[in-house]
Amino acid sequence: MADSQPDAPKSLYAAREPIFPKKVYGPFRNLKWVIMAVTLGIYYLTPWIRWDRGPNLPDQAVLVDLANRRFFFFWIEIWPHEFYFVAGLLVMAGLGLFLFTSALGRVWCGYACPQTVWTDLFILVERWIEGDRNARLRLHRQKKWDFRKFRLRMIKWITWLLIAMATGGAWVFYFADAPTLLVDLFTLNAHMVAYSTVAILTGTTFLFGGFAREQICIYACPWPRIQAAMMDEDTLVVGYREWRGEPRKHSEATKAGEPQGDCIDCMACVNVCPVGIDIRDGQQLECITCALCIDACDDIMAKIGKPRGLIDYMALTDEVSERAGKDPKPILKHILRPRTIMYTALWSLVGFGLLFALFIRADIEMTVAPVRNPTYVTLADGTIRNTYEVRLLNKHGEERPFHITVAGDLTIRLELEGVPYSTVIVPADTTFNQRVYLQAPANSAPALAESTDVRLWVEDTTNGERAYKDTVFNGRGN
Amino acid sequence: MAKQPKKQLPDDPDTTGHEWDGIQEFNNPLPRWWLWTLYATIVWAVIYSIAYPAWPGISSATAGVMGWSTRANVANDIAAAEAANADINARLAEVELTEISADPELSGYATSAGAAVFKTWCAQCHGSGAAGAKGYPNLLDNDWLWGGDIEAIHATVKHGIRNEEDGDARYSEMPAFGEMLEKEELSAVTNYVISLSGTPQDPAQVEAGQTVFMDNCASCHGDEGLGDRDQGAPNLADAIWLYGGDYDTVLQTVTYSRYGVMPPWSTRLTEAEIRAVSSYVHQLGGGE
Repeated sequence: MADSQPDAPKSLYAAREPIFPKKVYGPFRNLKWVIMAVTLGIYYLTPWIRWDRGPNLPDQAVLVDLANRRFFFFWIEIWPHEFYFVAGLLVMAGLGLFLFTSALGRVWCGYACPQTVWTDLFILVERWIEGDRNARLRLHRQKKWDFRKFRLRMIKWITWLLIAMATGGAWVFYFADAPTLLVDLFTLNAHMVAYSTVAILTGTTFLFGGFAREQICIYACPWPRIQAAMMDEDTLVVGYREWRGEPRKHSEATKAGEPQGDCIDCMACVNVCPVGIDIRDGQQLECITCALCIDACDDIMAKIGKPRGLIDYMALTDEVSERAGKDPKPILKHILRPRTIMYTALWSLVGFGLLFALFIRADIEMTVAPVRNPTYVTLADGTIRNTYEVRLLNKHGEERPFHITVAGDLTIRLELEGVPYSTVIVPADTTFNQRVYLQAPANSAPALAESTDVRLWVEDTTNGERAYKDTVFNGRGN
Repeated sequence: MAKQPKKQLPDDPDTTGHEWDGIQEFNNPLPRWWLWTLYATIVWAVIYSIAYPAWPGISSATAGVMGWSTRANVANDIAAAEAANADINARLAEVELTEISADPELSGYATSAGAAVFKTWCAQCHGSGAAGAKGYPNLLDNDWLWGGDIEAIHATVKHGIRNEEDGDARYSEMPAFGEMLEKEELSAVTNYVISLSGTPQDPAQVEAGQTVFMDNCASCHGDEGLGDRDQGAPNLADAIWLYGGDYDTVLQTVTYSRYGVMPPWSTRLTEAEIRAVSSYVHQLGGGE
């Protein structure tokens, strides 16, 4: 009993074990380079795409205009009251993530997550400057900060900082005209918010990509924990064919004379792992399924003349059936199952809903707020007047004449405050407030009734586009 | 294995010595971070109470060395808002009244500022929606006692009606006919006045009332009862009644007269504010 007592309470804090991933070649590594180039390219270049929207609107293809409360995406312009499009896209992103996770495991984490992509980029820079795994290990273990270590570290950190600044810089370009802001940033004329945003994103990119790395995935990110609920025994994950590899070289079993499996315990899979695990221990929380261990192991297998795939993408059911000597299920059968089909259906449903909403959405809109204080006004000749605060939305890049009419009761006439005709010119891309009067002659049906349903129509007289709103006309009620 | 007497196990910490029914109280030390946070808050409290108003005295609190004051902040905000509006207020006070509505920037500002002035100073009598009340005119309709163009409204707001503070206040006085006319004459003229706006009354009374009206009322209200804005005499032939159009109310008006008063606003509001609220009232729907 006494021996089992620990001498000191176990610390709740575990210091980070530094990881020095080794360079690796292979199809998955190449795929990751391509995805890195594409995603980073999209991120850095998108704000610079121009899109002509006419003289009154910004010519940036993708722009979140917070000051004017507009979101521009190529030919689409989202107003604040259409925020459901953004909410819908987020729902689609969520469902898409569910779909990919249930089919391919943590494929998002391994290939496309910004944390992975930037960490990969930072490791690439690290390798260029400080050398591959062994050189970096030596440099790390060298206690003395001589000139060489200082120089290498400084060059690495400054390069990281420059990448981090470009990252933060690119972010702010999404919120203002990119060329103007770039000049402003360098001439110190930009807004404080721009500088502080760049500073914060520079700091987080530098820290997360350079130093925190897999710690973010393991401790800070909630997604790995949630993903466990998305995965099942048919999900394709990176796994080790234990039945084929074991007993590995150097193990107790082989020393005792058992025939050796395919694994020669070369540690290639461990050395390339960016999260510092041994995939041969089975599925682990840390694994982001980046598949680099597959490339590393395949390389070794080719060299020792064994078939590839000792470490491979596989489902848990495959491991079981292969162990029993049966063929694994084809990949398509793993992917096509009720769960993934349901996620696809839901994803498509939201997608089609959003597309439908996008196509039926009008460039002309109107909101009508009846004035209730008072509900009606009696004019000198006994006419009953109702007042409505009408907001006219012109989502075009040029000013347009909006003609307002009323339908519902023939005796009700319409007048606009301050405008002799019932047409107003609404400036480009604005909401225009216009007070509208509806008047029913004394003793007409709507004047005597408690309330009468009416419909206000607004029409762009140039192209016939129109919209309506239903409201009520309050009478004297006697 | 020889058992060594353990002095103190890490998970067998000190107790305070208190014991109730075998239940002991641990004497665990506070976590370091917790303790340092406590000390930091104490230091912070001392610094804060020196820097900001904190310690209560007999009649006021210590002012704090930072000179921070919510009252001063509000005063500064108000001063800043007034400074920001100084130019447009100066323009509003100088421009021709009739030109305000033609200038979108000026009329937009005047309407918004006027709405605020109205809700502060006018809503008590005229209502927050400007619909008025008995004795307080509805400003939304197109019936005006003293005129409904921007200049007439401006003069009314500036000088008021029947007040003693402003020599230029609009003034007129309806006699109390109860002292001059017989009871039957009062009843007849009341019937006649009500009939003017189209409500059928006893024809005999109406005919008798017309004679009384022509002799006593037409000099101000006109032969057809259409009123006279120069004297603030209401139009009696329209659908709008300031005090009410039923027999009792009209009889009361004729017998005892009415004397509606409005204060002059030039003593309390700036010229720009008066013009702003005049523009606001003018665009409520009845402006001429």
